[in-house]
Amino acid sequence: MESYRKQVLVCGGAGCISSGCKEIQRSLISELQSRHLDNEIKIVETGCIGSCDLGPVIVVYPEGVFYERVKPQDVKAIVEEHLAKGQPVEHLLHKDNAGKTVAHYQDIPFFNKQVRIALRNVGAINPEVIEDYVARDGYAALKKVLTSYQPAEVVDIVKRSGLRGRGGAGFPTGLKWELTMKATGDAKYVVCNADEGDPGAFMDRSVLEGDPHAVIEAMAIAGYTIGSNQGYVYVRAEYPLAVQRLGHAIIKAREYGALGKNIFNTGFDFDMEIRVGAGAFVCGEETALIASIEGKRGEPSPKPPFPAVKGVWGKPTLINNVETYANIAPIILKGPEWFASIGTEKSKGTKVFAMAGKINNTGLVEVPMGTTLREIIFDLGGGIPHGKKFKSAQTGGPSGGCLTNEHLDLSMDYDSLVSVGAMMGSGGLIVMDEDTCMVDVARYFLDFTQDESCGKCTPCRIGTKRMLEILTRITEGKGVPSDLDDLETLAKHIKNTALCGLGQTAPNPVLSTMKYFRDEYEAHIFDKRCPAGVCKALLSYKVKPDLCRGCSICAKNCPASAITGEPKKAHVINSQKCVKCGACMQKCPFKAIALS
Amino acid sequence: MIFLKYICYLDYGRLIVFLIQNKARVMINQQLNTGVITLIFSVIYQNQADKEEEKLAETCARCSCGSTESDLRYQQLEKIISENKGKPGALIPVLHQAQELFGYLAEDVQELVADGLEIPLSEVYGVITFYSLFSTKPRGEHTIGVCMGTACYVKGAAAILKAIQTELGVGIDETSEDGLFTLTVTRCLGACGLAPVITIGEDVYGRLTPDKIPDILNKYRNNNSK
Repeated sequence: MESYRKQVLVCGGAGCISSGCKEIQRSLISELQSRHLDNEIKIVETGCIGSCDLGPVIVVYPEGVFYERVKPQDVKAIVEEHLAKGQPVEHLLHKDNAGKTVAHYQDIPFFNKQVRIALRNVGAINPEVIEDYVARDGYAALKKVLTSYQPAEVVDIVKRSGLRGRGGAGFPTGLKWELTMKATGDAKYVVCNADEGDPGAFMDRSVLEGDPHAVIEAMAIAGYTIGSNQGYVYVRAEYPLAVQRLGHAIIKAREYGALGKNIFNTGFDFDMEIRVGAGAFVCGEETALIASIEGKRGEPSPKPPFPAVKGVWGKPTLINNVETYANIAPIILKGPEWFASIGTEKSKGTKVFAMAGKINNTGLVEVPMGTTLREIIFDLGGGIPHGKKFKSAQTGGPSGGCLTNEHLDLSMDYDSLVSVGAMMGSGGLIVMDEDTCMVDVARYFLDFTQDESCGKCTPCRIGTKRMLEILTRITEGKGVPSDLDDLETLAKHIKNTALCGLGQTAPNPVLSTMKYFRDEYEAHIFDKRCPAGVCKALLSYKVKPDLCRGCSICAKNCPASAITGEPKKAHVINSQKCVKCGACMQKCPFKAIALS
Repeated sequence: MIFLKYICYLDYGRLIVFLIQNKARVMINQQLNTGVITLIFSVIYQNQADKEEEKLAETCARCSCGSTESDLRYQQLEKIISENKGKPGALIPVLHQAQELFGYLAEDVQELVADGLEIPLSEVYGVITFYSLFSTKPRGEHTIGVCMGTACYVKGAAAILKAIQTELGVGIDETSEDGLFTLTVTRCLGACGLAPVITIGEDVYGRLTPDKIPDILNKYRNNNSK
């Protein structure tokens, strides 16, 4: 067996790949080979380490030195100075907000405040090498279950752990497994919902790309528990790398004996297939997902009957989210009491959050349930860039609501979020600052849900359209006072009568923003003003007469010929002709044009 | 119409051989009424020939190397269909592969899939039009996807979209005149750490600002002109 004195982990998550980590890897390999160091130093391409904004990222073990924003031209220095001579390359090390160098991975708050259970292997192993997974207790849980537990015992373990569905609704996982186990049918199916359609969420993607075997193992355990021999993983088409890595992992798992006939010689058969989505957000809803697997239009169906009783091809089906599955193996191996000791009373374990938007450290973090919003945004997230003020954090995507300054010390768990009109959702956390218009955000989300509405039920198909029309008018300065009441009435009816979760939760962003940012709505409607300076129709570009030198550059660049003025005299913008393109403001060399 | 020659000379032997060689569907009228037979043959063959010509014209316009490539793709499609025939829920995987082969799902491809999998054409059409990934219109050589997910939106994706629209002179779901680019708007790609993001084919570009757009597009323009 080879023994390496150093291991160099190169983050191969989708974000880093887009930032060019493959070239860095190639460079590393060739540099090491040319110095004959390739037998002493191992390079491992891992899944997403989590700190997407800092990519491409490299971590050198055993010390744990963390390099960020590595460029191909930096590789030579890393190899020469650090790997060969042991001296880390200073300018590539992480600097905290105060500018101080933090050399080691374990000292960086973004990492050391995390408790990685679902992401235990993501960023630490090469997802394409099954031996790496096995070396970290991979498939030990499956072996244990197949040899030592009856299905009812597995259900009991999952129930006692308190694990709740991580897809957004938070339904108790143990109960779901029990219901599907008890359902009768000549065939049963295990489905993994990897349709992660929430904009801003990429947790499931990272698990599938960085640790696909965790999902495979958990689905096999689920299959044994409920009495199923066939699994499907429904992955959205926008994740080609996840599809590829998962496909590769399935092949390796079969070779290893963890999938297929007579798994580990216990007589249990289980295999799985990947089904790729085709760009429909509604297919994240379980009944729509089932329709899609069956090759039909992804239209939801009424529940009951629930998939546990009547799912794919009318058979009992267990559907769980990727992150839910990723938690199963550790629960089996370390015991449900261990899992239940983390988190809050009703929300056990950890949650992966995908931080994005106006935040310094965008990326993935996994923290215990009950961590406050303040800790997530400021300690792990590094706060708001450019010194701007935090305004709101949107959770739950287009089904969720926003959290404001008054919620910064709120415990992030299923029930507290619901109590303030938001929801956990899948874990996407979009941070917004003072330059974001909340009315525009509500309109954006409604635009999304309107577009993705399958059209089957009237409340969603027509209701969301009417709401969108009202919101669009408001952002265009054509709002009327009755709009606020109309929005609330519509929202209430749609929530109560829509067929599926998409329609039922579509009004949430509107209701939430109206609750906490009513003043912005009123400014748009009554004052025809957008406080954040975003809604173009409500803004006007004006020349500041004291700064204007009369150079006419603005007038020459105006596509609508809306600017007039004499040379060397202050110019004037005709707001009737102005199309609000902003070209004049961009081109003015004296910064004399501003939005008001 | 070559076959008229055979009709004129009433050479049924050659006519039948010719029709079979050209895969016309032959309907034999037991009454052997000359006029009726000729009429039936002419109507059926006319449809077939037109379809064949259309297909050939369409495929010839798409590829520059001639008709052999177009035959290959249809052969591959037939193989995909026969491999999946009878498998429950196979329609969507087959459509994915068909779109990968042809770039989009034209009516003839839809018909082939419907026939091959024994699913009504209306159902195939219904599925295709439901999912945003499937396209019934030809696409440019490179598909640009501008991510309009929340994170990208908050970081200015709308301005990026506008910049591309201005640079290429196209609207959303439209193809540039030179056939190089089709502009689409996508859902969240999951690369939120790099917002705002666009994809061109399989390449991902992040941390964008509108002024970076022309250089990125030129990379593909230059590659194509080589």
